[in-house]
Amino acid sequence: MSDLHRTPLRDFHAAHGARLVDFAGWEMPVQYRSILEEHKAVRRAAGLFDVSHMGEVDVRGPEAGKFLNYLVTNDVAKLYPGRVLYSPMCYPSGGVVDDLLVTMRGPDDYFLCINAGNVAKDLAWIREQSSPFAVTITDRSDDYALLAVQGPRAAEIVQSLTGAKLGLVQYYHVTEGTVAGIHCLISRTGYTGEDGFELYHAAGDAVALAEAVLAAGAPRGLELAGLGARDSLRLEAGYPLYGHEITQDISPLTAGLGWTVKLDKGADFIGRDALVAEKKNGAVNKVVFFKTGDRRIVRAETPVLGANGTIVGRVLSGTLSPLLNESIGSALVTVAAAREALVVDIRGTKLNLHLVKPPFVELKKATQ
Amino acid sequence: MSNVPTNLCYAKSHEWLKVEADGTATVGISDYAQSSLGDITYIQLPKVGTVLKTGEVFGVVESVKAASDLYAPAAGTVIAINAALDGAPETLNTAPYEGGWMLKLTLSNPGETTTLLAAAAYEQLLG
Repeated sequence: MSDLHRTPLRDFHAAHGARLVDFAGWEMPVQYRSILEEHKAVRRAAGLFDVSHMGEVDVRGPEAGKFLNYLVTNDVAKLYPGRVLYSPMCYPSGGVVDDLLVTMRGPDDYFLCINAGNVAKDLAWIREQSSPFAVTITDRSDDYALLAVQGPRAAEIVQSLTGAKLGLVQYYHVTEGTVAGIHCLISRTGYTGEDGFELYHAAGDAVALAEAVLAAGAPRGLELAGLGARDSLRLEAGYPLYGHEITQDISPLTAGLGWTVKLDKGADFIGRDALVAEKKNGAVNKVVFFKTGDRRIVRAETPVLGANGTIVGRVLSGTLSPLLNESIGSALVTVAAAREALVVDIRGTKLNLHLVKPPFVELKKATQ
Repeated sequence: MSNVPTNLCYAKSHEWLKVEADGTATVGISDYAQSSLGDITYIQLPKVGTVLKTGEVFGVVESVKAASDLYAPAAGTVIAINAALDGAPETLNTAPYEGGWMLKLTLSNPGETTTLLAAAAYEQLLG
């Protein structure tokens, strides 16, 4: 795996027994002990995730806010310093380039967090779109490491390491401060459906920060958690993953992310015409979430069959929900078929898909 | 390092087989196999009475990562299956050689097990 990118924590992971795999060109821990046990630890207490493979981008300049509002579908004008926004970023077709977090750090100063597998593509896209605007785009991906502390005890654990008043940092807000003496952008965000923090910090501090969080967290039930648990947690919470529920061919409206598409935000944005048309005419397909009542995992690309046995769609993501103890997933199906019975064939056994409005499990996190 | 008990024999496809005192055989998957699969979430086993040929697919073991076929390490008739695995497939991860056993067979040809790998040879195969 010598050609792969490594986060500053690669040796930390190996020393803690991680199974390292190629994820989007990065050598990343998929699990330490058990995906299922790590998942349950995050829902029960807390988990520590290395997500340093994610990309970070500074967008600065007198037209930074105006540019970002043109770039993404959600309403950047609503941001104020310290506020974070989740948004898709679309092509003119309405298909998705990527989904990202936009943080307003100060006037004319924004910070993006983008998917690891999309960094090169996103940067090229963002730079191309930015040319008419007075903005500076800086790739900061190599400068930052990113640790996510997630779970009902995450706040208690991070608070034990910082003087920042975390009780004043609401969900989808950030503050600057030191954690275990290391300067961090402390963001109350995450991808698990639990309360928690994402700690952006200098790459050179990653090992010291990870050791400090692990030491403070372990007595409180925190476990190291890998990308395997990150994926099952996000699916249980009903969050989209780029390349699965949202792609170049699956618009945010089709994906059920209408709340992130502000057609009436008072500014034009890339993809708006296509999304207005999709909303007006109705989409052919929609993303649905399902559970099966069975433990057999319904894997991505499995054909979905309608009532009369014809193919009406395909599975986008599938896993076993460690909390429900049954397989769950998402699928892209025709809008008409979504009103009728849906079935998949798993090695000769027909399983009915029971449609669910996510999250699949009760989540205690604050709302955005 | 994988645990490879010396009192068992092994198929190249990572099933183990133990010849019991009464001449029947118990079958499961190796520690290496369970570890490679990761968290095991589902196991599909044949019905008692099924007659298996050597190398025939007798079931499926599924983990968070993937589903894999199980191959009969020797020919025989299924006389028992480990029904407890249905509700607790994770037993395969924690105890692949004890609680994680899958089948008991009456061997069609008891001499056939000599073609399987001894522990040392299986360890060599794992590298």
